[in-house]
Amino acid sequence: MTTPPILDEDAPRQRPLEDTQAGTNSIGVWLLRIASALVVPAVVVLFFFAFTFLKNEDTNKGVQVLVALIVGILGVWALYWGMDRLTNLLPAVAAHGVRPFVFAGPAMVLLGFYLVYPAVNTTIISFKDNRSTNWIGFDNYVRLFTESPYLISLRNSLVWVLVVPVLAVSVGLGFATMVDKLGRRTESVTKSLIFLPMAISFVGASVVWTFIYSFRPEGFGSQIGVLNGIWSALGGDPVNWLQSRPWNNLLLMVILVWLQTGFSMVILSSAIKGVPDVLLEAARIDGATEWQAFWRVVFPSIASTVVVVWTTVLITVWKVFDIVWVMTGGRDGTQVVAQQMVQEFFTNRNNGMGAALAVVLFVAVVPILVINVRRFRAQEAMR
Amino acid sequence: MTATAETTTAAPPATGTPGRFSKWPVYLVVVVIAALWTIPSLGLLVNSFREPGSIRAEGWWTVFPLKIFDTAAWTLDNYSRVLDEGFGNAFANTLAVSIPSVVIPITIAAFAAYAFAWMSFPGRNTLFVIVVGLMVVPLQMALIPILRVYTRFDLVGTYPAVWLAHAGFGLPLAVYLLRNYMGSLPSSIIESANIDGADHFSIFSRLIVPLSVPVLASFAIFQFLWVWNDYLVALIFLGPEPSRRVLTVELADLAGRGEGALNLLPAAAFVTMILPMVVFFALQRFFVRGLTAGSVKG
Repeated sequence: MTTPPILDEDAPRQRPLEDTQAGTNSIGVWLLRIASALVVPAVVVLFFFAFTFLKNEDTNKGVQVLVALIVGILGVWALYWGMDRLTNLLPAVAAHGVRPFVFAGPAMVLLGFYLVYPAVNTTIISFKDNRSTNWIGFDNYVRLFTESPYLISLRNSLVWVLVVPVLAVSVGLGFATMVDKLGRRTESVTKSLIFLPMAISFVGASVVWTFIYSFRPEGFGSQIGVLNGIWSALGGDPVNWLQSRPWNNLLLMVILVWLQTGFSMVILSSAIKGVPDVLLEAARIDGATEWQAFWRVVFPSIASTVVVVWTTVLITVWKVFDIVWVMTGGRDGTQVVAQQMVQEFFTNRNNGMGAALAVVLFVAVVPILVINVRRFRAQEAMR
Repeated sequence: MTATAETTTAAPPATGTPGRFSKWPVYLVVVVIAALWTIPSLGLLVNSFREPGSIRAEGWWTVFPLKIFDTAAWTLDNYSRVLDEGFGNAFANTLAVSIPSVVIPITIAAFAAYAFAWMSFPGRNTLFVIVVGLMVVPLQMALIPILRVYTRFDLVGTYPAVWLAHAGFGLPLAVYLLRNYMGSLPSSIIESANIDGADHFSIFSRLIVPLSVPVLASFAIFQFLWVWNDYLVALIFLGPEPSRRVLTVELADLAGRGEGALNLLPAAAFVTMILPMVVFFALQRFFVRGLTAGSVKG
């Protein structure tokens, strides 16, 4: 492969275009860099928000979208072009130093405003009271780890991340392995069926499963939920599934397993297909059963993909909000951290508690963040 | 691939369990799992075409096997009612939210990705590592502060507020994906363009962007499905006001009305699902690629 971008500062620079940075780090250049990063976002924001017609209820949606598309594609493009031309007016050395910031700056400004600033701000708010007026130290966190609804949501979220990724990955892996041994057409059709829920929103999925878990008390008509239909046919009394603790949690988890299995199946399937046939042939000739061949040959070669898929599903599960919000609203002991966060901040108007829950959500994924960064650096070093 | 290898190889049937085995049990398990995964959506689809009264009265499975051929049992009324009662409007709103929310981050991310891949500047590595880190930051971290800023400037409930929020939340993944792709393009192309006197802007717009179409498409599909199916961002930043609701918010509201709206739910749910499903089936390959690389998005 040809010269890739180099991330390691100490590695020899092989950049084709930029060969010198000398003399480009004066204060003036830095001011120009910052200014050039700010221009594009500032103009876009001003354009969107200075024109009241975009805020006006009566403005036709089509017009709004058209304006947005023209601004979003042509306008933004023209802005970058204009900034690039302006940079050309600078002395060569300064232009050389400023231009990368013309290109990368706007994205960094947006990231700073929409992710970095809020992360810092949320952390600060989490040490304040419900209206963010008084500092209350660690009170929110103390409540979070001692009071009942929060403890239940923490416990539930933990169970979710323990159960759902394992189920989604093992069903996905099992299915991918089995379907790999069948004909092409069976494989593509059944795979699409499993994968289809990936296109469905969490809210949509909740509605789908409403007609599985639906319950009618006896005397209020026949059961229209599949589960109670089967249950009654087997001779049981109808059960209000979503209110029966603690199993209602498990039933909600099934929805997410249903949604996420397709993802893990597709990724793992392509990993399985990447295992060299020669290895499998050799194992079979040595008399290995399919079971042994899978565990001793296939699984070890795809183990790293399994970990990646598992982590990915885990992050999704940890942040699950919509399903609980729509199905039970967190009642009957089904609350989870992400849903409790929205509940506190949006419904109960308790900014401090909401922020503390958001911080808990974030802190828990920090190890994954670190692993991602490390893996990324390792990949870069390998390239 | 493996399947053909298996049938053509004459693996000696070793003692007990041979390398080749009967396919029927495997076939059965696969079909059962596929059926289990399909039944929930299938039931909803069946329900959406039933008479409103019967949706409430009996389970959808009671149409099998006899009522399937009874034309009186089927109707499109649910769909027309749902579209009249807010979902037509919500569909337009969702389009109005989604399209710019996909286009804006792509443009901004493409320029940034080019800079990260092919320009050198102080702080490049640090900034890109920050981008990688930001990919897993939960959306929930951003809600309270952004809502405060929006409230202060009276922007809650406007489309641009949601477009820019989705753009901001989608950027880390976009920059990451595009930069990795652009960085893997052969540097000889860029060098020769440079020798021919092309500057960065024209190399970017005439060479790199056309070459990056596959990855731009992957991200576009990923972001489109994400924004279309998003509930949280729309709920918080667009507000609950009926005229501005997107499909997910409208559907969640309908689901919250309980028994009374039960007959409308299936059709409503399918109205929300139809476009992502079409996009998904038409562009499955691109989608999978984007998914593989970017499913850790916050």
